[in-house]
Amino acid sequence: MKEVTEDILKKVDVFKEKFMKGAYSIREDGSCVGHQSTENVTISAKEGKPGIEVHVKAGSKGETVYIPTCVTKGNINDIVYNDFYIGEGAECTIVSGCGVHTDDGHDSRHSGVHRFFLGKGSHVKYHEKHVGTGAGEGVRSINPVTQATVGEDAILEMDTSQIGGVDKTYRKTNAVVEARGKLLIRERLLTEGEQQADTEFEVELKGEDSSADIISRSVARGKSRQSYTSNIIGSARCSGHSECDSIIDGDAIVDAAPKLCAHHTDAALIHEAAIGKIAGEQILKLRSLGLDEQEAEAMIIEGFLS
Amino acid sequence: MLCLEDICWNSPDGRQLLKGLNLEIPDGKLVVITGPNGGGKTTLAKIIAGIEKPLSGRILVDGEDISDKDVTERARMGFSFAFQQPVRFKGITVRRLLEVSAGRKLDDAELCDLLGKVGLCAKEYVDREVNATLSGGEIKRIEIATVIARDSKLAIFDEPEAGIDLWSFKNLIEVFRHIHEEKKNSLIIISHQERILRIADEIALVSDGKIENMGPREEMLKLMQFKTKERIAACDREEAVFDERSN
Repeated sequence: MKEVTEDILKKVDVFKEKFMKGAYSIREDGSCVGHQSTENVTISAKEGKPGIEVHVKAGSKGETVYIPTCVTKGNINDIVYNDFYIGEGAECTIVSGCGVHTDDGHDSRHSGVHRFFLGKGSHVKYHEKHVGTGAGEGVRSINPVTQATVGEDAILEMDTSQIGGVDKTYRKTNAVVEARGKLLIRERLLTEGEQQADTEFEVELKGEDSSADIISRSVARGKSRQSYTSNIIGSARCSGHSECDSIIDGDAIVDAAPKLCAHHTDAALIHEAAIGKIAGEQILKLRSLGLDEQEAEAMIIEGFLS
Repeated sequence: MLCLEDICWNSPDGRQLLKGLNLEIPDGKLVVITGPNGGGKTTLAKIIAGIEKPLSGRILVDGEDISDKDVTERARMGFSFAFQQPVRFKGITVRRLLEVSAGRKLDDAELCDLLGKVGLCAKEYVDREVNATLSGGEIKRIEIATVIARDSKLAIFDEPEAGIDLWSFKNLIEVFRHIHEEKKNSLIIISHQERILRIADEIALVSDGKIENMGPREEMLKLMQFKTKERIAACDREEAVFDERSN
């Protein structure tokens, strides 16, 4: 494993000493550089396409699967297709840290297409942290595509964040939630300079008493641009909530378009969107505790994106 | 000793709210500033904390002119300010806010002690965000806890009773006693509440942008009782109770 990879893994909270003990698959510059299965988690290479298939045994509890991906240099355009099959009643955590690095004028790009198939009554916690590093002028891009089928009584919790350094991102998440299934998404994005982030969610609440809660928090600084769109379709008795909350600063641009589609009379759907500067009163309160203006602003943003 | 000399301040719409106000706060004293609404009490408190800048006049601490020091610098000198309407922060926990207030990490026992002083159970609150899920009463108590955590030379409370329910009012009085009697720190409390006036060493009556009267508690309470009667009589005669023409 390269030094750059090790550095990226630390930044995205994936620690070697932890993941080497369990199931993992590590990808570096477009190819797999190591993987390991366990009794309850089988990881195998995908046929005909780059990527892996992960099978989590029905009824298994407490497994953590690490699938970090790093692009360590420019002139690499990595595309990977990973499928996750979660057996009935299984409970597991999937950690997917990803970093793109370039030290020259060439672009460094990673696109990951993840498909999740959650069996009845299963519960998945998915953590994803993205970062861009390196001093090169090449564009660092990460484009995650997520497609999830949340089975009956299953729960998918997605916690995703882009912590900085990524010049371009296009994030697309689609999900279908079956009866009594739950989808919880927490997304955090930070863009600075000339960076650009586009994020799209489309969730169909298909089964009776299914639910979705999508919360996206973002900070746009400098001349960065962000766009957020979400669409929750209620096709049965269900409850859906989406919230897009952005702090805007400098010459940044933020567009937010939450959409709700009720295709059933008992679909209860709510959306909230707020875009604004840091409130002056918040800065004053923290200054009255002894912080200077920059420290106060940093604390507010850190908390907002925590 | 904190001295305010000839302080003037105009509101953004140009109204003259403080009109050459003079005030002295001796060290270690609990001074309650009271008076009619719109008389400039909150503005005065904010000017002392450095949140508002006066149009003219000087602010001195032990003879040193601190008029040009901003809110951060005054906080670092040991000034604290509890806002009348506390702000909320998405993503910042009660623990984090109290640790920033204290300027150091706090262990569970310290957090428990701090929140206990404002009638909150630490276990329930330390990991909660200081956001809109907290009620008005809860956020107000946390605001007061941020000031207790600072152990400041001068603590300023702007209408601390606003939004506090009756049960916690007793606690609030205890908080002031703790800061005043145990810590021996100076306190300025902006309040209308008689129960708060009754724990003051001195009371300052602000009216029409100036200190109308200031003196020891008992003396001031008698004077204010007299003034209240006078004002009730004025009210009966359908005359202005307070002169608020310029407010």
